[in-house]
Amino acid sequence: MSDFISNFWHLYVAGLTLVSIIACLALLWFSGKAKAMTANDNTTGHVWDGDLREMNNPLPRWWVGLFIITIIFAFIYLAMYPGAGSFTGKFGWSSAGQYDAEVAKGQAQVAPLYAKFSGMPPEEVSKDPQALAIGDRLFMNNCAQCHGSDARGSKGFPNLADADWLYGGTPDAIKATLVQGRAGNMPPMAAAVGTPDDVRNVAHYVLSLSKSPHDSLRAALGKSKYGACAACHGMDGKGNHAMGAPNLTDDIWLHGWGENAIVNIINNGKVNQMPAQADKLTEAQIHVLASYVWGLSNKTVASAAK
Amino acid sequence: MSTPQEHPSGRVIPITPAPADGEGERVSLYQAHQKIYPRSVQGVFAQWRWLMVAITQLVFYGLPWIEWGQRQAVLFDLGARRFYIFGLVLYPQDFIYLTALLVISALSLFLFTAVAGRLWCGFACPQTVYSEIFIWIERQFEGDRSARLRLDAAPLSLTKLARKSGKQLAWLVLSLWTGFSFVGYFTPIRELTASILSLGFGPWEMFWILFYSLATYGNAGFMREQVCKYMCPYARFQSAMFDKDTLIVTYDQARGEPRGARSKKADPQALGLGACVDCTLCVQVCPTGIDIRKGLQYECIGCGACADVCDSVMDKVGYARGLVKFSTQNAVDHGWTWTQTLRRIARPRVLIYTAVLWAIILGGGLSLWLRTPFKVDIERDRATLARIVEGGQIENVYRLQIMNAAEQALIFKLHAQGLPGLRLVGGSEVQVDATESRWVSVQLRVPYDAASPGSHPIHFNIDATDPSGQALGHLKEKTVFLMPR
Repeated sequence: MSDFISNFWHLYVAGLTLVSIIACLALLWFSGKAKAMTANDNTTGHVWDGDLREMNNPLPRWWVGLFIITIIFAFIYLAMYPGAGSFTGKFGWSSAGQYDAEVAKGQAQVAPLYAKFSGMPPEEVSKDPQALAIGDRLFMNNCAQCHGSDARGSKGFPNLADADWLYGGTPDAIKATLVQGRAGNMPPMAAAVGTPDDVRNVAHYVLSLSKSPHDSLRAALGKSKYGACAACHGMDGKGNHAMGAPNLTDDIWLHGWGENAIVNIINNGKVNQMPAQADKLTEAQIHVLASYVWGLSNKTVASAAK
Repeated sequence: MSTPQEHPSGRVIPITPAPADGEGERVSLYQAHQKIYPRSVQGVFAQWRWLMVAITQLVFYGLPWIEWGQRQAVLFDLGARRFYIFGLVLYPQDFIYLTALLVISALSLFLFTAVAGRLWCGFACPQTVYSEIFIWIERQFEGDRSARLRLDAAPLSLTKLARKSGKQLAWLVLSLWTGFSFVGYFTPIRELTASILSLGFGPWEMFWILFYSLATYGNAGFMREQVCKYMCPYARFQSAMFDKDTLIVTYDQARGEPRGARSKKADPQALGLGACVDCTLCVQVCPTGIDIRKGLQYECIGCGACADVCDSVMDKVGYARGLVKFSTQNAVDHGWTWTQTLRRIARPRVLIYTAVLWAIILGGGLSLWLRTPFKVDIERDRATLARIVEGGQIENVYRLQIMNAAEQALIFKLHAQGLPGLRLVGGSEVQVDATESRWVSVQLRVPYDAASPGSHPIHFNIDATDPSGQALGHLKEKTVFLMPR
């Protein structure tokens, strides 16, 4: 890939670079020939302000050798590495190429480590202290940005350390979430539910499912309108892992608690997304990470290992 | 184009080319290197210099070999980011102590320079010390100044080749040992020794051993005074610390001139001569090749070799010592005695340097003494500002990095204070192994009505105990608690 929009800039930069180096060489050559007038009291013979004189302190000749070394270095460098316009150099080096090489080197280094865990079932991996340490770092680098450093999430970002799972809490389900990501979509349901008052009543009915504080009269009125929700959340309100419909009975409120939050969601719907990690992490890394996350919500297993 | 005269504010200093006495000459812009053959010298300052060579090199070569418990006493473990200095373990967070050390070094240099000129250059600088050692080796193989001059002028012979290669070999061995010792401060030197035979050094160890060896070999063997004259920045700015009461190597012009050779029996006064017998020994011993009789020059590193050799000559011809000596500009101008000269040490510049130096030494020492053997960094969780948990409580998440700088496992008890009802969720005790650091997630909760929305300052109290339960220190770290709207 060329960094220049036209070939002119390639020639301009390459030419300027080479001409500058050659000009340095020429300057050295001329200054080596040049002579300066000095007085024989080791001053240059220049006098300022009547009595200020300039000592003649010439540069040592070996210093010129250092300049020549830098010029030779510059030519060798330009031949080996990119520098002269779009000429990439003999090594074909690029920062992106170096990054890829170092990542590949790093992956090769840790591959034997991961290979050990790839053959183990997730329940076993989540007991291994080394795997936990790896999982912790993977989590901190890739998951904690949204789910929090303690994996307990926040509004809009699910808590991974509890037993409540939108798409199921089995190791395979977690792995599927990591690999392909998830797109949760609750459509606006106000029209299906009915009048704004109906919406409010349904909200109270939903609150009553988890025994949260609610108006029991409104809840009783809302029950009949709940049918619009049951397709996804189930008649009993326990949700549906297949489509990621949250359980409404467990007093866990991903997008906010209370009447207003629920009314808002019924009216406006909700789109929430977990991005796919497959192209960021290797299969082996996802295996360890999924086991680690599974261990978080199955604390009895994980803490027994500590 | 405007000329400078059109600007009333621009003052132009005219340059008058005025060739001083005699004819000028046309010279090259570059100076050819003239090799200096310093003559060996005995005397008080030479003894001091050798003492400093002995002390500095005993410390440099010896320190990596000292053991402290189960580890090397002084080890700068860059990979693990820990500096071990005897009982002390320093972390990157202790960088301030390195700053203090550098400030102390700089102020010491200022102080010594203000009092006695380039003492550091002449007696303790590695450039001087290694040059001294290398010249000593050179003398063992090639003899003193005159022998070396003869040898260099002689055509190539078997003896010359043997002497020259013997010297180079000895230089190389010493250089390699120096590079090896240097790397021994960063990689345990006993492990390094084990890998000498197999040459199984890591790539970086190999590079630094060779690099430091090459630097020693080149600087002490060949560059020598060129480093001081052309490369060293300290040499240039030390003149800013000089004043007329700074001790410098001086030639007593009034007493010495007119110089000239004379018979030992002749009366110099009758011949109209000063005390200088013009033996030129002061020039021959000078490691930077200057003639001190021309007055103070920027090349002078204040080593006192000329003073030593002149004293020995004065002894021989039966004149008083001190024609070339450490003295001050004021002392020479006013003919002060040594006591009068020394009295001028207590001048504002020196007193201020001393006061600031001691303030920083005491401050740094005190802070090291009071330093708790652990550190805690608190980061608010970057993802979660605040969340509502069961019962409408507000929860904030913090990441605590607990660093144990002690060489035993410590137990840390965490408490949080600053808001009504503020409490820590889960366990409040964390164990961190010796010289390890650990990240811990901590959740703090308050009742939903504990505070108004916004940011509230709180703090963590961290108490460290050793496994037997003895308290080792206490830290109070500030952070904030966020209440959502």
